[in-house]
Amino acid sequence: MIINRFFPQFMHQDTGGKWLLSLLALVTIIVIVLNFLIPLLLPELSVLHMSNYMVTLLGKYLCLALLAIALDLVWGYCGILSLGHAAFFALGGYAMGMYLMRQIGDRGVYGNPELPDFMVFLNWHELPWYWSGFESFAFTALMILLVPGLLAYVFGWMTFRSRVTGVYLSIMTQALTYALMLAFFRNEMGLGGNNGLTDFKDILGFSLQSDGTRIIIFTLSAIALATGYIASRFIVESKLGKIVVAIRDAELRTRFIGYKVEDFKLWIFVFSAMLAGVAGALYVPQVGIINPGEFSPLNSIELAIWVAIGGRGTLFGAVIGALLVNYAKTYFTGALPEFWLFALGTLFIVSTLYLPKGIVGLFEGFQNKLKEKTA
Amino acid sequence: MNTLARVRDVLRRDRTFNHTIVEENSFLQGSHSVHHNTLDTSHGPVLYLENVSVSFDGFQALNKLSLYIDDGELRCIIGPNGAGKTTMMDVITGKTRPDTGLVYFGQTMDLTQMAEHDIATAGIGRKFQKPTIFPEHSVWENLELAMKTDKGVWHTLFTVLNAEQKARIEEVMLIIGLQKHCYARANLLSHGQKQWLEIGMLLMQDPRVLLVDEPVAGMTHQEMDRTAELLTSLAGKHSVVVVEHDMDFVRSIANQVTVLHEGSVLAEGTMDEVQHNQKVIEVYLGE
Ligand SMILES: Nc1ncnc2c1ncn2[C@@H]1O[C@H](COP(=O)(O)OP(=O)(O)O)[C@@H](O)[C@H]1O
Ligand SMILES: [Mg+2]
Repeated sequence: MIINRFFPQFMHQDTGGKWLLSLLALVTIIVIVLNFLIPLLLPELSVLHMSNYMVTLLGKYLCLALLAIALDLVWGYCGILSLGHAAFFALGGYAMGMYLMRQIGDRGVYGNPELPDFMVFLNWHELPWYWSGFESFAFTALMILLVPGLLAYVFGWMTFRSRVTGVYLSIMTQALTYALMLAFFRNEMGLGGNNGLTDFKDILGFSLQSDGTRIIIFTLSAIALATGYIASRFIVESKLGKIVVAIRDAELRTRFIGYKVEDFKLWIFVFSAMLAGVAGALYVPQVGIINPGEFSPLNSIELAIWVAIGGRGTLFGAVIGALLVNYAKTYFTGALPEFWLFALGTLFIVSTLYLPKGIVGLFEGFQNKLKEKTA
Repeated sequence: MNTLARVRDVLRRDRTFNHTIVEENSFLQGSHSVHHNTLDTSHGPVLYLENVSVSFDGFQALNKLSLYIDDGELRCIIGPNGAGKTTMMDVITGKTRPDTGLVYFGQTMDLTQMAEHDIATAGIGRKFQKPTIFPEHSVWENLELAMKTDKGVWHTLFTVLNAEQKARIEEVMLIIGLQKHCYARANLLSHGQKQWLEIGMLLMQDPRVLLVDEPVAGMTHQEMDRTAELLTSLAGKHSVVVVEHDMDFVRSIANQVTVLHEGSVLAEGTMDEVQHNQKVIEVYLGE
């Protein structure tokens, strides 16, 4: 197949992934053409211009899809049902939020060049120590990976070593994200309390409101999703990936052929948390706010539902699930807001009862039937 | 040292274990590890179990069990259900920690202090009673994962099979007779084939000691004969400990049989000796 030329060796069998990345590239190119090239070169065709709302919405979906891939790695492949993954997403988001707050400078309501508005409001006189460094983008980028990664490392090190598995682990991850939510709600945390961080102005000196910046952030989200997907595919196709699946299916056997199971779980968990952190960091400038609600246990459960509906253990299933469910959510919360949770619950029950392998499983079953008929 | 020598003089025994001798300067060199990672079988046995007791909620699964397996030996362990055979293997492989007793691999490695994966990489391989393979992986991948090589996380992320390793997998595939199913998912195999695959995985690990728990359960007579052949061919280069219920099978492979009963050794000897042992007849063979 000629299309294989565009993909690395380890993706040649991954038909779903090749489709997905091709579509992603297409959509990104369309957005760039419609909203950047046409206005620049042929301004008279500006009716084709996509609304900023649309671009931002698409960008948000891409970030959530990246988050879904992160969960699929640990849940679909390693069997660790983390119901606290939104916490890593939120931490990445907060790291980015802190950078964006520092970028505001003296343009806040109170005009304080050093302190964000909420600190002035709380009568604080200096920036807490953990805010230092966030004026630098490079430092922030590092923290976006390091903070979620470190939390995942510490949490994973303690739980995997004491061999906590299954429901107990899921409950602990829920507790983790809940505890973080409560902590971030407190004003004393110095992270904006229940209002969170908002009123962002610039990123790297470019206005967040401008069309150009929006398209660049959208494109970066697409690149992050593609890179995250390819990296994850590389991992699951490597021997490490096979071991991770082996741990999911027969942990004892894996131990008794000489693998230190804790190390593998920890590695994939930390990697996944970092991926979630990147997703959160790209999400925040597009939605313009990060608040403790992102740590809500419900968010993490919803995330697990996306992956379950899309299909676990395929990576592209997670992406499909995230996109479909979030599209449905956008639609429902606009049309019938009080109905959304019921719809989500129903979707989840129907998919677990009738589609144990998610939407992807449906396609695979269909494909197999076709093959049988032609054979 | 003097005190120690005196103690050893008083507590004379027919076997001397290096591990009971404290190295004089090991106290000074605090970092000196308790267990060395090289196998020392200079005194014969490769596995030592001494006075091992394990109890589950007051139930004595192993009761002062002592057992020595020589280097290169093929030993059959028999005994009624619940005698503690599987528990013994659990203790050797680190799955269950004994309440009391010594478990040594060679002269120097204290298995009670080692993690499961360390025991496995040190050279003790195990086949479970219920065949345990990786159901979603192909037969080839099952063997690949078991292969003796660097099993660290970072190494496995970037490693690719080299020609020598591929040849080894093919060789084992031939031995276990699954070459036709090379790319089949392992959970599509029959029960007997799964048993063979698990034995194949053991071979890939190239362990010094193979612990094989009920290998012929669910096998046809033909398959049994081939298993017997395989296990006997392994002895010599490896020590093989086989737990089995099937008396015909045991008779076909074993020269040395140990009978376990209620968590300790009831009798030990050749199959004939054991079969004519009055105690054994009472508890096991006669029933
Ligand atoms: N994890 C455990 N918890 C409680 N009892 C156990 C456990 N493992 C084994 N036993 C008990 O210990 C006894 C010995 O079991 P086992 O070693 O499996 O016997 P065998 O393999 O000789 O049939 C049995 O009575 C069994 O019920
Ligand atoms: Mg048993």
